[in-house]
Amino acid sequence: MVVIFEYRQILIEGTLVTISLAVLSLLLSVVLGLIGAFAKLSPSRGLRRAGSVYTIFVRSVPDLVLMMLIFFGGQTFVTQIGSLTGLWGYIEINQFVAGVLTLGFIFGAYMSETFRGAILAIPRGQIEAAMAIGMKPWQIFRIVTWPQMVRFALPSFTNNWLVLVKSTALVSVIGLHDLVWNAFSAGRSTHKLFTFMTAVMVVYLVITGISDLILRIVDRKYAAGVRRA
Amino acid sequence: MPSPTPSTVSLLVSDLHKSFGSVEVLKGVSLKACEGDVISLLGSSGSGKSTFLRCINLLETPTSGLISVHGEEIKMTKDRRGVSSPSDARQVERIRARLAMVFQSFNLWSHMTVMENVIAGPIHVLKQPRAEAIENAKDVLERVGMYERRDYYPAHISGGQQQRAAIARALAMKPEVMLFDEPTSALDPELVGEVLRVIRSLAEEGRTMVVVTHEMAFARDVSSEVIFLHHGLIEEQGDPVQMFTDPKSTRFKEFLSNSRQ
Repeated sequence: MVVIFEYRQILIEGTLVTISLAVLSLLLSVVLGLIGAFAKLSPSRGLRRAGSVYTIFVRSVPDLVLMMLIFFGGQTFVTQIGSLTGLWGYIEINQFVAGVLTLGFIFGAYMSETFRGAILAIPRGQIEAAMAIGMKPWQIFRIVTWPQMVRFALPSFTNNWLVLVKSTALVSVIGLHDLVWNAFSAGRSTHKLFTFMTAVMVVYLVITGISDLILRIVDRKYAAGVRRA
Repeated sequence: MPSPTPSTVSLLVSDLHKSFGSVEVLKGVSLKACEGDVISLLGSSGSGKSTFLRCINLLETPTSGLISVHGEEIKMTKDRRGVSSPSDARQVERIRARLAMVFQSFNLWSHMTVMENVIAGPIHVLKQPRAEAIENAKDVLERVGMYERRDYYPAHISGGQQQRAAIARALAMKPEVMLFDEPTSALDPELVGEVLRVIRSLAEEGRTMVVVTHEMAFARDVSSEVIFLHHGLIEEQGDPVQMFTDPKSTRFKEFLSNSRQ
């Protein structure tokens, strides 16, 4: 245990990277998820198809493969655009940014399924009542759709979030110094890998415990009017 | 009926057509409601009466025809394939706010209390200050006998109470015309009375209403005009007492004899 204390600095740094990576990816995935859900529910066939392509693509390619595609492919892409336009030379893509983009992109697809289901769970009549009273589309979204959608989406959203937190560990393959990467290198150099991995496990459990608490509060806030069986 | 001057015509619908795919549900239906008129729409299921009502506030888009509210005509356009749609979304929203609708399945917003349901429209659509909206809500809720239940959520009150709350929500908009889409059809028989009493009292205070209903007694006693729809066309229309005592068309005769009075 003493060795953990000695290395606390890099473990804390790694934890902060993991948490900020997870939170930023979550924000991006919520935005992409909302766009994806509305595309899939849109009356336009083109938008519906684009939404389906997105979710099918993400769900059928392994996260690890997508991550390397976006990180290395993105690197080449940006550099080529730079040399084609002559605007910039070699630009190194920040691993953290690449991680957020990849995780946000992947989980955006899962979120769009979550949100789509939640929107469909709202009785159509309630939307019609809002239309009939003269509300504008964005008012209908804000006043009627969103509060109920959150409630219906929460169980699946929670699941997505927990998987997302765990998936952040994948970014160590592109060299981002997250909790897993830092603990792994510390464990190797001290020959106490088991001790460090145990510490990592505890940190993930604490993150999960805290998010469970927060999501419970959100659930209570949005459960207004729900009849408890 | 005295011939009305144009200014007293609250709602005018003329030659309304509506098709779903290749099925023509409405084949040219017209209606004129003057201020204070209570028009009952009767017809067996599939006759198009609910679709007609939903076309009036554009919940369904009519294939063709003209709708105007107090002389303001709803502007429609047709695209290249001949599919019609309202050309001005702002205008549709404005007109909907003047035509309140009460639905068969109440459609209260389930995450809001009765009070919140009633004040949402006035606050967000009519831009009333919250305090004023609550003050008005008090009046309309008392009017329908729901003030004591103002802090209940829809899931915690009976169907009759939900429908009365929905009527209060419609009244809070101070509508020029009220549209009722089978307001008592989803209710348990013993709850129908309380809702009908409210609607009847609204009719008696001179509100302009169009009511799709299966309640024959209501149509006969309360309405100023009855329209009987059959297969998307008006089969018979006129004074309720005359129509119920001496129906002209065979369809309406059959309909009456098949309905419980």
